Amino acid sequence: MSNVLILADFIGAKPTKTNAELATLGARIGDVTAVVLAPVGQGPAYAAGINRGPLSKIVVVESDSFTTNGVAAVADVLAQVIAAQSPAAVLIASHAFGKEVAARTAVKSGSGIITDAVDVSADITATQLVFGGSTTVHSKVSHGTPIITIRPNSVDANTAESTPAVETLSLAVSDSSNKATVTSTQPPVQGDRPELTEANIVVSGGRGTNGDFSAVENFADSLGAAVGASRAATDAGWYPHSYQVGQTGKSVSPQLYVANGISGAIQHRAGMQTSKTIVVVNKDPEAPLFEIADFGVVGDLFAVLPKATEGVKARKS
Amino acid sequence: MVNGILDRENVDAVLNDLDEYAVEEALRIAEAHGGNEEGGSNTITVISMGPERATEAVRKALSMGVNDAILVSDPKLAGADALATSAVLAAVIQKGGFDLVICGTESTDARMSVVPAMLAERLNAAQLTFASKVEVDPAASKVSITRVTEAGVDEMHANFPCVISVVEKINEPRYPSFKGIMAAKKKTIENRDLAAVGVSAEAAWSVVADSTPRPARAAGIKVVDDGTAGDQLVAFLAEKKLI
Repeated sequence: MSNVLILADFIGAKPTKTNAELATLGARIGDVTAVVLAPVGQGPAYAAGINRGPLSKIVVVESDSFTTNGVAAVADVLAQVIAAQSPAAVLIASHAFGKEVAARTAVKSGSGIITDAVDVSADITATQLVFGGSTTVHSKVSHGTPIITIRPNSVDANTAESTPAVETLSLAVSDSSNKATVTSTQPPVQGDRPELTEANIVVSGGRGTNGDFSAVENFADSLGAAVGASRAATDAGWYPHSYQVGQTGKSVSPQLYVANGISGAIQHRAGMQTSKTIVVVNKDPEAPLFEIADFGVVGDLFAVLPKATEGVKARKS
Repeated sequence: MVNGILDRENVDAVLNDLDEYAVEEALRIAEAHGGNEEGGSNTITVISMGPERATEAVRKALSMGVNDAILVSDPKLAGADALATSAVLAAVIQKGGFDLVICGTESTDARMSVVPAMLAERLNAAQLTFASKVEVDPAASKVSITRVTEAGVDEMHANFPCVISVVEKINEPRYPSFKGIMAAKKKTIENRDLAAVGVSAEAAWSVVADSTPRPARAAGIKVVDDGTAGDQLVAFLAEKKLI
């Protein structure tokens, strides 16, 4: 059976739930080996966090370069693992860091790359949603080792606990991959809320909030959701730019997307219309976003959301 | 850290079907360190790959103040993927020599989030991408950036040569002045085809099997709030097993 590599995904030292999703897709193709790249001395601790989904094996490489030199160092070692193991495919989480690692790895290994896939089949055909989610594209890599980045939240992951064998490889990061130095890293300021692109539920606010996101945030917190914002809201300085959902911001594809006071410009739709269920709250009955809402409320978000927040809390208590 | 770089011209290459944030950042860097006008110590070249209609975008960069332009177009590049695009751009940049390559990240074309990283790899240059702030110290040949991604905020630095990508909103791109527009008319845009670039890249290393429009989403339930819409919303979420 063929071997598939997944690049274990971490935010800081914390493994993300995307790992089980990568493993689930990888297992359709072959035996899954997770590549865990950790700071010196922390390999075992990092590897211990990769224990969900159909994993056959973990290979661990330790180097402080992964933290201090970032993308280039990670791609350097990943390309070495690919050269040594000749996998059938390599799956990587599709966020900024993952896509850049995939990009450099593809160049190093002379391989084709497909980014932002939402599915991968047993014959390594990737599915992408393009043109703002309006078109489904199936494609295959035709050269080298297929390197495919997978959007978080795209598949129902097999999250069964697994106990893969752990092997430590001693591979060195080459000097040419140490050109850029990271001197400090601050995790995203998001409090206890999940990361926007990873969240199962996203509650977002737009022009209709008039800059007051409290109702949006309270509803998000009742659902354990991430908070997003439209471009109108981030342009007005009401919410940080990093929370912008849309063509020039983040693309999200959660189980549930709740848009509040967002009229639904095409650019916003492009970032959220692949969400499984869409709820829209807007005072304006003509707001275009209602056209794609599974549940639409014509009403004042400051009246509707507090009631809904109470209702969710009552159900959960 | 003094090396030959100070003695030769600083050359910035700016990429993309006109990313104005990248152009503006290049102009600001040049202006802060000796300028790029005649007798200045920097040269900014805008490089674009695309059909010849990209000329207009390139012309705008010239009217903003960029020194010269190279436009690569070739029918063989139709459908070029990020790997092919980066191979062509890298060949052009390598030939011209450079200290800094500045790209945008704002693009409706999803390829751009990977092309800067590919360029850094191909050019054996430091990768400083997703920059929301760029500081250049030519005396030390050093660039420091603030990198902003969903994983947080990093402070990074590297020595020349570097590939930088800048995020949207890093600056307020200038409007071309009348003088700039007139000056741009006298500047040349050098057109190159693949043979002139010296690359015979395959257009793409991935092939599309099929593409189908997805069925349009239909609107579902729509209620007008009469004071109970919040409760109805919760009932809907419960029915869908979302809470």
